[in-house]
Amino acid sequence: MEPNSLAVLVIDENRIRASIIEAGLRDAGHSSVTVIHDIHGIARRIAQINPDVIVIDLGNPNRDMLENMFQLSRAVGRPVAMFVDRSDLASIEAAVEAGVSAYVVDGLKQDRVKPILDMAVSRFNAYSRLKRELEEARGELENRKLIDRAKSILMKSRGLSEEQAYTLLRKTAMNQNRKIADIAQSLITAAGLLDPGENT
Amino acid sequence: MSPHHHVTTGFMPLLDSALIVAAKEKGFAEAEEIELTLVRETSWANIRDRLAVGHFQTAHMLGPMPIACNLGLTPLASPMLVPMALGLGGNAVTVSNSLWEQMAAHGASEDLDARGVGLALKAVTAELRGSKLRFAVVHPYSGHNYELRYWLAACGVDPERDIEIIILPPPLMADALGAGTIDGYCVGEPWNTAAVALGHGHIATIKAAIWRSSPEKVLGVQSRWAAEHPDALDALLRALYKAAVWCGAPANKEELATLLAKPAYVGRPLDWMMPALTGQVRASSHVTVRVDDFFVPHAKAATFPWKSHALWFYTQLVRWGQIAHNKANESIARDTYRPDLYRAALKPLGVALPGANAKVEGALHRATPVGSSGASLTLGPDGFFDGGLFDPDQIDTYIKAQSRS
Repeated sequence: MEPNSLAVLVIDENRIRASIIEAGLRDAGHSSVTVIHDIHGIARRIAQINPDVIVIDLGNPNRDMLENMFQLSRAVGRPVAMFVDRSDLASIEAAVEAGVSAYVVDGLKQDRVKPILDMAVSRFNAYSRLKRELEEARGELENRKLIDRAKSILMKSRGLSEEQAYTLLRKTAMNQNRKIADIAQSLITAAGLLDPGENT
Repeated sequence: MSPHHHVTTGFMPLLDSALIVAAKEKGFAEAEEIELTLVRETSWANIRDRLAVGHFQTAHMLGPMPIACNLGLTPLASPMLVPMALGLGGNAVTVSNSLWEQMAAHGASEDLDARGVGLALKAVTAELRGSKLRFAVVHPYSGHNYELRYWLAACGVDPERDIEIIILPPPLMADALGAGTIDGYCVGEPWNTAAVALGHGHIATIKAAIWRSSPEKVLGVQSRWAAEHPDALDALLRALYKAAVWCGAPANKEELATLLAKPAYVGRPLDWMMPALTGQVRASSHVTVRVDDFFVPHAKAATFPWKSHALWFYTQLVRWGQIAHNKANESIARDTYRPDLYRAALKPLGVALPGANAKVEGALHRATPVGSSGASLTLGPDGFFDGGLFDPDQIDTYIKAQSRS
């Protein structure tokens, strides 16, 4: 058997992350990769696919059910155990840290499975990083909108220029040891409360 | 003043995480100079794994789970110990509306009576031809799995042959019942009340009716951490004990329900928390049954880690073919629960502590004062619904009597 001919099953409800892992495994030469998003009817699917390695995201609430299914091994035909190399605690930690676990059929050599787990771990981490960056970018955009609104309130109510309004916000934030966006949010809230109505 | 100890505890969104939640939210941990971080998890497997790699030092755990881990039955098992239980009872058996109708036609009444309801279920299964009822439990090594099987078997339903038992996460059970994927389940609160509230099912019977004052969740502790941080463990046990006293006081039930309902904890409506705490169990949309001892957080030495509880769980692992019985395995189970650590930690509080490490389960038919150090202590009633007795000194006999061959 070729080293890369293992059948790998990825169970992940997150489609984007699953496709990132799938791509990684294919790039590494694993041609037999299946991705399942939906847990429904999974026992039958697993029996069809007959995987050597199963990768599951730790956030999956059905992990206890899947693990029990593997242990009973009725669906899988062969006993499946969680990939645990006791000599390599660091790699187990890395997997749990990344939020991924892998199960392998009995008798598979650790060195054949380890690269798959490592790949899954690195792709999981890459995905988390991507998501974090996206959230930060989204937060930044929200903050900028808040600051723009606060500036326009100051310009209108105090007759300031845009630059003066921004300087005032920044100075207040520094004095109070808070973020500019927080000051802007407070100002918008306060202005909303004090504004007697749109017509005045 | 900065905290002396840092402890991270994993938990599942269940009502019986109450002691852990109260220890943090009501300041009992802080008073013991513990900075307690609580992390909600999505599966028991995650709790086990994160305890093994050291993300958690302690966790809300199914009573049999640390035993199964120490017996090497689960992957990524690190040595664990149980220095404290997190209350008694708290589960129920819920069935779909259509199964309830069939059971009612066979004489089941809405009184949660384990025997009456069980015999009606037996009559329903006897009529089924070619198909099997499907029940769900949360984990193969759980009190739920064992009490469901004990109840079924004692009512003449063979859990291996007559029905199918699958594993499902608690928050998905009510929906699975509504969708017809399963016919019933055994789970902790609020996930039985959830099915009634959503109109998906009836509560058929409860853990306290199957085995009154029976063990459920425990504090699972990584053995290595316990050995390296005995002071932190002692402080945590004291904080949890005070939390148990607080949770058990009737005046605090509403506040406890409010805490548990928060998104960070169980994250479900306040109404869903109240039945287990008040004992006013909503069996169906129109029937409420008053139950003493539905969930016992403190009374009856509810947090004491009885070795007889560990050993009963062990006999059920053996009964259902999960482990072979021998003296070595029996010792592992017995040694997992550590009443010695419980006593040592709580001694300074001067509270009532049981003098024995084990008791005959099911022997107390009424509340009974027992030998204890410190203040007086009352145990029981604690009977099995079928009148069974479990004497931890007669394990071989008990296992033999339950043997399937």
